[in-house]
Amino acid sequence: MTELLINYLHFSYTKDMEVLKGIDLHLKDQTTAIVGQNGAGKTTFVKLLKGLLQPTEGAIQFNGSNTKDYTAANLAEHIGMVFQNPNDQIFKSKVLNEVMFGPLNIGQEENEARDKALEALKKVGLEDRLEKNPYDLSLSERKMISIAAVLAMDTDVVIFDEPTMGQDFAGKERIKEIISELRSLGKLVLCILHDMDFAAEVFERTIVFNQGNVLLDGSTRDVFSDENVLEQAFLEQPHVMQIAKNIGLDGIYTTESELVAALERAWFD
Amino acid sequence: MNIIDVEGLKYKYPDTDKLALNDVSFKVEKGEFIGLIGRNTAGKSSLCFALSGLVPHFFKGAYGGKVLVDGMEIKQHEIGEIAAKVGLVFENPFSQMTGSKYSVYEEIAFGLENMGIERKEMIARIDESLELLAIKEMKDQNPFDLSGGQMQRVAIASVIAMRPDVLILDEPTSQLDPQGSAEVFRVVENLTKEGMTIIMAEHKMEKISQYADSVLLLDDGELIDYDTPENVFSRDDLINHGIAAPMVTSVAKAMGMKKSDTGKYPVTLSEISREMGDQR
Repeated sequence: MTELLINYLHFSYTKDMEVLKGIDLHLKDQTTAIVGQNGAGKTTFVKLLKGLLQPTEGAIQFNGSNTKDYTAANLAEHIGMVFQNPNDQIFKSKVLNEVMFGPLNIGQEENEARDKALEALKKVGLEDRLEKNPYDLSLSERKMISIAAVLAMDTDVVIFDEPTMGQDFAGKERIKEIISELRSLGKLVLCILHDMDFAAEVFERTIVFNQGNVLLDGSTRDVFSDENVLEQAFLEQPHVMQIAKNIGLDGIYTTESELVAALERAWFD
Repeated sequence: MNIIDVEGLKYKYPDTDKLALNDVSFKVEKGEFIGLIGRNTAGKSSLCFALSGLVPHFFKGAYGGKVLVDGMEIKQHEIGEIAAKVGLVFENPFSQMTGSKYSVYEEIAFGLENMGIERKEMIARIDESLELLAIKEMKDQNPFDLSGGQMQRVAIASVIAMRPDVLILDEPTSQLDPQGSAEVFRVVENLTKEGMTIIMAEHKMEKISQYADSVLLLDDGELIDYDTPENVFSRDDLINHGIAAPMVTSVAKAMGMKKSDTGKYPVTLSEISREMGDQR
């Protein structure tokens, strides 16, 4: 089983401003959404998990070993992360080479890496763009390339930093499928999101970050029913909850079909 | 008066075989807020570029038809002249930063310097933009040290400071948290009250239905519809054009609940609660 145990995690980029102020979390099994306002420390937090940054205090344990005993390169075999801005991640001149780069660097054979890359590109719908230069594609397509590049590495932990950014309806549906497949493969999925509808519909657990602290951590259903905490964290409730509240329907809803079913019951009673 | 008049616009990027924009015609009145929707690759960004002159002046390619902004034909004028009238906020804020300025304050000053605005006026406009986008406390930071969301605010502020007649925003809130993106919509709505015309490409349909006067739906380079949010989002074939209606409309469609006065589906929270109240 894959798990991450985070104790008393502190981090600051500069002396005078602490970005993370003592985070304690135990991450395992459940697909987990991380939400919070811009500047709350979400991206910094996942960069620490992946070993791209080192804690100023506290520790992160990956399956029982302290991540500071790994190099970032060793950790890359186990923990994959898709950057928020795909331009920070992509540097090859062909889509296929970009997606094969990670697998090759964690020791996959050429053939295996190619197979994994092709499979991953199929999942994101770019299997017919193999020879293109990523920078000739759109930003949302580059985001999909960066996702494929991490999927191809087949890591135990997969972290997404705002995967739905710039995605249309079809793109979001694709990402939903990818996440549920990762879940069924027993991967630990973490995802930073600003899209509350997507978070509510897809994830089992939700963690609310606020000014370097964890403000709330629990089942997605409980978290999104807590309007006050969400407001305090500069977030909003998912649209299904907003609709229910506006029309005076009691209960907690995280998906459209749930809300429609409840409305139909209320309507026909 | 129409501030934007697009007639039979056709455009193809260099070295491609397909029209990115295919015979697009529409008009926009001064002070209107137009929501530009469509699946990715529908032509939203290309249309934003065509309105701001990057198409055809920067991207080149094959061009037909006419784009007039405030009577000025885009194809016949240079980017420098167009930029004084039409402001564009890019989809990726990293592309917007000049890279030649070392503070947010200077970055916002850049456009104004190029327009030759007087120092006193520049300072006033920069301060106002910093205030509007709530980025005052990061004015001395290097733009490239900011988070994606913060940089997106700087990109918007730098264009608003230039006070263009027409402001074009290509998915300006994609990296902002929910309250941050709500703020941007409120700021933009206020600008329309001062007479600024807004064209915004956006995937957040709830926000478009709440704030836009009209919605322009593109698919495969063609204009599919250009109408009120209510009429566009009530279409039965939205999903065929890669669009999911706002949650309110989607729920109302599932319930078969149309508005009694117009026979269309509700598109905002207040409309659906009114309808529920009336019909229950």
